[in-house]
Amino acid sequence: MFQENSARGHFAMTSPSQTAVSKTDTPGLGPDGLSKGKDRKGGELVGRSPGQLMWARFRRDRVGVISAYVVLFFFAVGLLAPVISSLYGKDPYTRYGMLTPGLLTNGYPTQPNGGISSEFWFGIEPTLGRDVFMQLVYGIRTTLYTAVAITIASVLTAIVLGVAAGYFGGRIDYFIGRVIDLLMAFPNQLFFVAFVPVVGAVFVAPEDAMPTWLRATILILVMWFLGWMSLARLLRGQVLSLREREFIEAAKVSGASPARIIRRELLPNVVTPILVQTTYMLPNFVTSIAGLSFLGVGFVEPTPDWGRMFANAADYYRNDITYLFFPGLAMVIFIVAFNLLGDSVRDAFDPKRAR
Amino acid sequence: MLRFLFRRSLGAIVILLLISAFTFFLFFAAPKDPALLSCGKNCTPDAIALIHKNLGLDKPIPVQYWDFMSGIVTGRDFAQGPCPAPCFGYSFANGDPVWDTIIDRFPTTISLTIGGAAVFLTVGLGTGMIAAWKQGKLVDKVFSSASLVLSSMQIYFIGPIVLALLVYNLEILGQPKYVNFTDNPAAWFMGLLIPWCVLSVIFTAQYTRMARSSMIEQLAEEHVRTARAKGMTRGTVFFRYAWRGSLIPIVTIFGIDLGSLFGGAMITEQTFALPGLGTLAVKSVRDTDLPMVMGVMLFAAAFIVLFNIIVDACYAFIDPRVRLS
Repeated sequence: MFQENSARGHFAMTSPSQTAVSKTDTPGLGPDGLSKGKDRKGGELVGRSPGQLMWARFRRDRVGVISAYVVLFFFAVGLLAPVISSLYGKDPYTRYGMLTPGLLTNGYPTQPNGGISSEFWFGIEPTLGRDVFMQLVYGIRTTLYTAVAITIASVLTAIVLGVAAGYFGGRIDYFIGRVIDLLMAFPNQLFFVAFVPVVGAVFVAPEDAMPTWLRATILILVMWFLGWMSLARLLRGQVLSLREREFIEAAKVSGASPARIIRRELLPNVVTPILVQTTYMLPNFVTSIAGLSFLGVGFVEPTPDWGRMFANAADYYRNDITYLFFPGLAMVIFIVAFNLLGDSVRDAFDPKRAR
Repeated sequence: MLRFLFRRSLGAIVILLLISAFTFFLFFAAPKDPALLSCGKNCTPDAIALIHKNLGLDKPIPVQYWDFMSGIVTGRDFAQGPCPAPCFGYSFANGDPVWDTIIDRFPTTISLTIGGAAVFLTVGLGTGMIAAWKQGKLVDKVFSSASLVLSSMQIYFIGPIVLALLVYNLEILGQPKYVNFTDNPAAWFMGLLIPWCVLSVIFTAQYTRMARSSMIEQLAEEHVRTARAKGMTRGTVFFRYAWRGSLIPIVTIFGIDLGSLFGGAMITEQTFALPGLGTLAVKSVRDTDLPMVMGVMLFAAAFIVLFNIIVDACYAFIDPRVRLS
């Protein structure tokens, strides 16, 4: 989350699932679970795994399903950007406004509404004359790819460190706990802004241009560095209480190795908080990346990027505000859909919890 | 209480030392030559030599770090002249003392933070309480959906829209700017009105959701039910029993928010071109002005740590069950 409150984005989102998880061991065989007639085949009860029950509940949640489709649509757009580009017949780099005279007058689209036409669906970018639709499609691709990479890295780190701290306890727990405390005290948006160029300087001499893949890698590294703590702390708490339970004791007595206990007994029980937290994390990373690009330290020209479009729009909006609306509305839709999806996932796991 | 504050202050100092060490070593140790990095494209050997001399880059890095840290406490002597007590060095970009620049920029950030916090705290908590009071009714549904949509309205999206509408088209308000409160309170208020509102949109939406859910959770608690069973009115129970309990998570989040806002609201300041710590940080990063970035970073971190302590101390006042130890 790269609103001004990013420092506690992770902090705030720990609360919903803490309550959500405490009930996973009794996976809601409530009124909506097994009472339907189709669950019975010839009078015989059909057993269902918690995952199947959750899936069934999720599918009944209309808002959740619709937002899942919206989110999937955004990912499909990102994934299929080259296909869309070839069907649409344009690319995000060509300056159409320069090539075809008459499209731009004094740097701004000649036609009203930012030059929207059947040829340029979302209009033309002022000054540079690029196609806005292609900018947005490829911008979504850049941002989503980066956000997914950061999310995966953060979740994996959180699982390893959180489970280790919770299961082994003692010195390991203390050490990991202090590291988390320290990293939580970092002013994180300032850290992102300050460290992207510094880490870049380690790899590239100041006079050389930084390739886009390296820029993306650095963004991923820097944001991952401060992205994993809240989930790790949450998982540590979960594992700490799970490890005292009878089934873990039983596994220990039967001679299972710590690796097996963690893999087969503990991890399946913390899938829920991981999944719920992931749905909160990813949109936060998306707005963080966009915020960095807006401030001019994330992705830079000519890489098409969602947040960089806002930076450009800040130059154009006084004369042509249309350009701002496409990335802006797309982002609002994406974030709202993702948040609704997150709520639905949480509800599906824990139907007893009121919204 | 005193023992608590003493212990927490020690912990805070340790955390700040670690942050400073981490930042320092990454900044000054990792790039091959910080002078070259700070010098930029049109760099002359003379400029590099000067930066080297000013920073003491010929010394080993731990010694440099020691000089930097002791300089904060005792001040140090630079080629540009003596640098009095909280000495964070001189800017690479324009040679100004870092501490003076930070102090110079800080009033803008304070004004932005306090005004914004006043807006989002009152509006957010107010709407959240109303939504909880009218749970399930139309008002609740309207507030809840509005807060859902508003919480995804990024500042860099609504900021320009508000400016275009109110300032450039309707010309109701002037271009946002910072005027010293002591010079002209009215101009100070009018100049910051738009930034306050835009900054607080996301916060307001989040505080609404938080206050609502926290309140609803509290209303289901047993002490609230007991109070109702004793025959107290719904209003009394709502405001005197549930309200107090619902404040604990809100105070936590509010402390964290305030702490990070005091370190500079980068996006808001950048959107409205306000001369606060956030714009200072962004500009210094763009100029690779390392001493300045270092100074702002430590300043911001100090606020985050400080507000963590304040929040913990506040628990004792809100919740009598919490003992500070």
